[in-house]
Amino acid sequence: MTGPFLKPKRKNPLARTTQPLLPPQARSRKAHGLTLAASVGRFMLQCCGECGRYTYPSREACPNCLSSDLTFKNAPTGGSLLSETRIEVTSDPYFREHMPWRTGLVQLDCGPIAIVHLHGGCGGPGSRLKLSLQLDRAGQAVFFAKPVSETPHMEDDPQWREMTADPKHRRVLITDGRSPLALPLARALGKAGASKIFIGVTDRWKPFGQQASLEAIEGVEIVDLDPTSEHSVQELAMDIGVKVEILINTADHVRPAHLFDVGAAKIAREAIDHTVVGLMRLAQAFGPVMRSRGADGAAGAVAWVNVLSVHGLSNAPQFGVHSAAHAACLSLSQWLRTELRPGGIRVINAFTGPLDTEWFQTVPPPKVAPKAVADAVLDGLKRGLEDIYVGDVAKDIEARLYDNPKAVEREAGQ
Amino acid sequence: MVVSRARQSYDGVVLAVPVTVPYQRYSIETAHWWMGKALRALAEGAGISHRDFDGFSVASFTMGPDATIALTQHFGLSPRHIDHVPMGGAAGIVSLRRAARAVQAGDADIVACVAADTNQVDTFRKTLANFSRFAQDASYPYGAGGPNASFALIARHYMDRYGATREDFGKLCVAQRDNALKNPDALMKKPLTLEQYMSARPIAEPFHLFDCVMPCAGAEAFLVMREETAVSLGLPFVRLLSAIERHNAFAEDPVQVRGGWVVDRDELYGMAGSKPDDMDFVQTYDDYAVISMMQFEDLGFCAKGEGPDFVRQHTFTIDGSFPHNTSGGQLSVGQAGAAGGHLGLTEAMRQLLGTAEGRQVEDAKLGLVSGFGMINYDRGLASAAAILARA
Repeated sequence: MTGPFLKPKRKNPLARTTQPLLPPQARSRKAHGLTLAASVGRFMLQCCGECGRYTYPSREACPNCLSSDLTFKNAPTGGSLLSETRIEVTSDPYFREHMPWRTGLVQLDCGPIAIVHLHGGCGGPGSRLKLSLQLDRAGQAVFFAKPVSETPHMEDDPQWREMTADPKHRRVLITDGRSPLALPLARALGKAGASKIFIGVTDRWKPFGQQASLEAIEGVEIVDLDPTSEHSVQELAMDIGVKVEILINTADHVRPAHLFDVGAAKIAREAIDHTVVGLMRLAQAFGPVMRSRGADGAAGAVAWVNVLSVHGLSNAPQFGVHSAAHAACLSLSQWLRTELRPGGIRVINAFTGPLDTEWFQTVPPPKVAPKAVADAVLDGLKRGLEDIYVGDVAKDIEARLYDNPKAVEREAGQ
Repeated sequence: MVVSRARQSYDGVVLAVPVTVPYQRYSIETAHWWMGKALRALAEGAGISHRDFDGFSVASFTMGPDATIALTQHFGLSPRHIDHVPMGGAAGIVSLRRAARAVQAGDADIVACVAADTNQVDTFRKTLANFSRFAQDASYPYGAGGPNASFALIARHYMDRYGATREDFGKLCVAQRDNALKNPDALMKKPLTLEQYMSARPIAEPFHLFDCVMPCAGAEAFLVMREETAVSLGLPFVRLLSAIERHNAFAEDPVQVRGGWVVDRDELYGMAGSKPDDMDFVQTYDDYAVISMMQFEDLGFCAKGEGPDFVRQHTFTIDGSFPHNTSGGQLSVGQAGAAGGHLGLTEAMRQLLGTAEGRQVEDAKLGLVSGFGMINYDRGLASAAAILARA
């Protein structure tokens, strides 16, 4: 059983900040098939194309028939606990700070035996379990077993919290309060127990529609933030940088332009300044302090979320500039992911199709409601995902890119 | 279907000069330093130059980046048979088996079998972190408990299934400590009571402190040769009657409850012309008491699942009803890496040569040594055993 995760006591400002450590990171290249599955919340194991058997740990040949045709396929998530232990002593510095640690040996319903991280609510040997693949603080895929049915305070299990980025008792910065995403995000974060929600707004003297609604949410504080100004970003980071455990970058700049339009380059430069370079400014100001606070108590810094256009993955001509800018954002976010990994900070990219907002007025449905994006981001934080595809358009493009990226490119704009 | 040929006997193969380089908890030296000590002790014990060893077999986890070939130059050897046996707790017997066939066939006359590992301050953690691909991918990232955590899963399941208790494991640990007090080379010098065992701090449930071996630095070594060679050198020797090895047996068992000994034990006793009851002592591979219990079952001293009862019926001290791990075993002597798999062999040799001094089993004529090792992922893969006899 897990007890509730209570709000951590205010930190003694004189106390040294615990430096972040990571669990063991070395993996074989094949094992990253699990990383791919975990990053999107799927449960996949290697399955032999010839004899159909699942196999684990990841191999280069099927131990049953020696076929090398081993691909990662969706697998049933059930399993039975064969044995368990509670590790009290380890030579690994990361786990040493998290002792005791419960692990188990599980017979997966699809066949193989897996050593797993065991949720505190799981019963003893013989219990039925629900398995998932999670990314640990090192960003590497691991098996996690939970009880089949909900137990009290299930999400508060300390081992589970290491695999996720739950906003509970954490402080969040939403970078653009004028974004239609800000209000549903702030509401969802408040509901999820975030202790503080900073909301950045450019030119605060200019009124905006959802200001009153935002300010009505408990814990919300509107702050000055202009991602196109290095000074503004640095200023805010100096003020609240050490208080941000989750940063959600909602900044965007959607302006239609045809590639051959006079002035398209200027529009592109503006879009890039708002999105790519804006992200870079945010990364420079907030990245280092977040990275250093990855182990700062049970509610230390944990995640950086970028809301990106799914067209960043493959250009959509009607929003060519926007697609190009978001492709650059994606590349930058991968870089940021590598830089934040030593702190155990998870960089989450939420890819969305066109939002149901004024700038996508001309796009036919299905479009994505801002609340759907907010819900997906919260779900991603709570489940510890790394790549999230929100809405039917994004999911369609994800599936088609997986199948044949060239087809997506040829069919674009048709 | 391939028809197996009856295995040729080990007639004429003998072991001589058991060497133990006294262990240290931590060492600032490398594995090579410990090997050098062992080789010198072998040469001195045999009364010949180390250059006369024309066979050289090595087991070590910490000799990197060297392979055995590099060690020939390091130690000034010019052998015609070299071997690296990276099989942990089974390495001693595997090394012996290969050396036996080499001397039988005339590929070598004298094979020096050496196991040595150092234990520098961070050696153990590094060995665990880089143990194997499966360990790296699928067991080490889960709490990094090392073998303690992996065998805890096996032990817990064994307890649930066969009714073994912590007291049963404790009885073996306490008996071995008794034996170790008679062994000046044992790192553990203090008596251990069952109460102390039971109340020790937990390491990985169900294991507590005294269930776990202490990693240390050290070396074990012996020579394998033909009987005529030993006679010509005037060396006392023991005979190899039979030996088996088996790897990754019973892969379909969801949790390990048995080792590969079960597959080959009839041949083990058949070749030796003996049965379990004939053994005057047994040296099991005791990385954990539960594994010793498994060996009692799998080597035919009792049926599967009767290990706990067997433990309750016997004393395991040198003068008891079932002399077992008479050196104190790894649990009380220390686990010097791969040398842990040779400890049972050198101890068995001393018992059969009558040189075990204060821990001599009276009138020991026949002994069984067992090896087990390499928890690649969820189970120990290698199992091996040998029966040795007084000449």
